[in-house]
Parts: sequence; structure tokens; C-alpha cells
Amino acid sequence: MTVVRARLPTQLRDLAGVGGEVELEIVGAVTLASVLETLEAQFPVLKGTIRDRATGKRRAFIRFFVGEVDLSNASPDAALPDGVARGQEALVVVGAMAGG
Amino acid sequence: MSKVRLLVGTRKGAFVLTSDGKRESWQVDGPYFGGWEMYHLKGSPLDPDRIYASQSNGWFGQLVQRSDDGGKTWTAVGNDFAYQGDVGTHMWYDGSSRPWEFTRIWHLEPSPDEPDTVFAGAQDAALFRSTDGGTTWHEMTGLRRHATGPAWQPGAGGLCLHTVLLRPGAPEWMAVAISAAGVFRSDDGGESWRPANNGLRSEGVLPDPDAYEGHCVHKLALHKAFPDVLFMQKHWDIMRSDDGGGTWREVSGNLPSDFGFAIDVHAHEPETVYVVPIKSDSEHYPPEGKLRVYRSRSGGDEWEPLTEGLPQADCYVDVLRDAMSVDSLDPCGVYFGTTGGQVYASSDAGDSWSAAVRDLPPVLSVEAQTLP
Repeated sequence: MTVVRARLPTQLRDLAGVGGEVELEIVGAVTLASVLETLEAQFPVLKGTIRDRATGKRRAFIRFFVGEVDLSNASPDAALPDGVARGQEALVVVGAMAGG
Repeated sequence: MSKVRLLVGTRKGAFVLTSDGKRESWQVDGPYFGGWEMYHLKGSPLDPDRIYASQSNGWFGQLVQRSDDGGKTWTAVGNDFAYQGDVGTHMWYDGSSRPWEFTRIWHLEPSPDEPDTVFAGAQDAALFRSTDGGTTWHEMTGLRRHATGPAWQPGAGGLCLHTVLLRPGAPEWMAVAISAAGVFRSDDGGESWRPANNGLRSEGVLPDPDAYEGHCVHKLALHKAFPDVLFMQKHWDIMRSDDGGGTWREVSGNLPSDFGFAIDVHAHEPETVYVVPIKSDSEHYPPEGKLRVYRSRSGGDEWEPLTEGLPQADCYVDVLRDAMSVDSLDPCGVYFGTTGGQVYASSDAGDSWSAAVRDLPPVLSVEAQTLP
């Protein structure tokens, strides 16, 4: 089991009732898919807010970063950078700047 | 003494306004869900402290919130609005076929008979039902799979199901309105549907102005005691049906413009109807910069402007389709919200108005609740 840090945008933190980062206990490989599945299991209110419920596809205005690396278009099943698995870096979920 | 609660949805959050039966001063609570588009909030007729709210935005999608204490606290309930079976296509603006795609819930209609049943009108047009207080949702597929569905085209605001009419004690009867497909009616509790657009004319909008479907219906309203009498604000035209939507006739009469969005009926006078004329579909503001509610006391055709307390110069706000409501006190209270953030209240059936609150984000919806 690996403890992973994730940082959510303000509106999703409000929905989940959390402040700052959340810690997620990941069983198995640390991938975008496994982190999001764990996040949604721990905070069911977030289902559908980051990725489509049916297809698992990232919502259009959501981005995923680790450090300065944009993983938004990476395979959900690819391993996240080692720093995430080691707890050194957080997976950052970003609501893209849009609108006014 | 009775109280009135206004549930106000705006572009950037929800607000709850409360007043005593005099309806002279208002307490404003909120914003709830700040930053989110709150298309609609509505309380259960059976338990007014149970309120459903549609919460959405372009980043994070759709949620539904439920309060069981009159809006003080909220819990996110189900947001899995899945179209059932073969999704199929509808017509896009350019005439091409496009798969149905869920965007948001425009309207929530709690059942007048079952406390845990609530209906949700979606964009792209579909009707969902929950029988567990919003926890799970199931599409009522007979509507979207109607034979005319592949020809439904969106209005400027999207292909949205924005109106759900129900009759207390008659769950088999339902009517919905879709922009821009028109009115559809069910007599079997939503299993099957048929267009109810006979008499609508959309000249200059549809190639066939008398088309069976395709009309841009903006809102429907009825008086619960006379549910066969329906009133409609169509894109252009105020319409009336005396047979539950079987046939329609125009009752725009002497209105300065018959374009508009909102329409409602007096709580105690079934022939008293309110609309807010808007200049045109390209100019979404009142004619002459004068914000006027028009009231007909004859079920249409003859309309009088109601202006006392409303801005009569330099006013260029809009009043959207779900942004008008009435309470059930006597005299009847009438309320509407504007895209300028004002919520206007009348405690004398429209004779005079004052702003219950003036500087909210653009108002999307207003629902009045009369409380003991």
C-alpha cells in the first residue's frame, strides 16, 4: 500500500469537505486511474466532477500535473512519477482557467 | 403568521430569502455553493423543508444537492444521469446529427404525491426520475426515444428540458417542454409521450410554421385547480390551451412584445396570468428600457402593465424562464429575478413591487414557498 498526496481545486475541496491536500492509500500500482478511483471511493461526492462517470474520460476543463509535468493526456494506466509514489510530490488536479 | 421563502438560483450560487407574511423585508442567506451555476432549486409540496438544487459548472459538471432543513444544510445526492440504452442522435444547429450528450439539469420538479420522488429535466433533452430523494436517477426513456427525437434541434440555450408539469393526485398525467422541440404530454406516467403542439405557429423560425414539433417553447404554467388550462410563453407568442395541451390558441393580445421567457398564474385566480415582455430574441431586455410585468385577468388577450416600484427608464435586464414564481398567501405574492441580480417582490398580486434584494449575480431561477 502506498500513500499518495493529491491537491484539489478549491471548489472540489469544498465539495469534499477537505482543506489542503488529501492523502490516499493506494493498493497496487500508482497510476492516474488508481489514484482517481481511490479519491472517488473516499469522497463519493467527487464522482463525475473530474472524469466522466461512464467513460472515465477526463472532463474537458480538468488538468493533471505533477510538479511542472502536465499529465492530462497521459494514459490513465501509466505509472505516475516516482515522486508521487514516494510522497515527495502531489498529484495536482487543476480546473483550467476559462471564462471570466 | 405564515412565512414566505424564496429559493433563488444564480450564475454564481444559491440564495435563500425569507420574509414574514407581510413580505416587506427580506432576510438574505447565502451564497450557497458560491461560484457554481445554480439553475434551479425547488421544494417538495409535501415537505417544504426538503429542497432540491441543481448545481453545475463547466469545469466539474453536474451535482444535485438536497436539504432536509429548509436550506440551512445541504447534502450532495446522486449525479449519475446516464442516458439509457442506445443513445441515438438529435439534430445539431447545422442540421447534422449529433449524439445525445448530458450537460446539466435545468429543472427539478418534486412530486406532489410521493415525498421521495423528484423529476429532473436535462440538457440534452431528457427526463430523469428519482424515487429515493435524488440518490439515484433513472431516465424515462419513452420521451427521448420518441419518433421525433432525431429531429429535435437545440434552441440558443441548448436542447434543454426546462419545464415539468405534474398534477396532484394524477401521476399518470405529465407534460414537459423542450427548447426547441416543443411540448410533450404523457397519459401513462411518463412511459409514452406525444407532441402537444397543435395550434402553435413559429413563422420565420420553422420552415413549416405549423410543424408537429420543433417549436421553441420557453415556459408553461398552470393553476392546480384547473389543470386543463395551460399557459405558454413561446419564443414569440403567449399561448393558451383549455384541453391540457391538446390545442393551443394565441392570447398575446395588446402586449408590447410577445417575446419573453417567464410566465406564471395567480395562486387563487386561475384566469390571472403574469408575463414579462422582452423586446426580441436578439435584444434580451424590456421594450423601451421599462421593466414591466403584464397581468391579464381574463386568461390572456387583454393585458395591463404593472410598473409601480419597477424601473421605468434605462433598464436593460432580462427575466429568464424559471425566474418567476407566486406564493399562495392572500393577496397573492408574485416574484421574479433579473439578469441584473434583482429579485422583485409584490405582496399585492403585482400592483406594486419592491426589490427584495438588488445586487445578486444574474438570477436564473426563483421559486416561492409558502410556509406555515
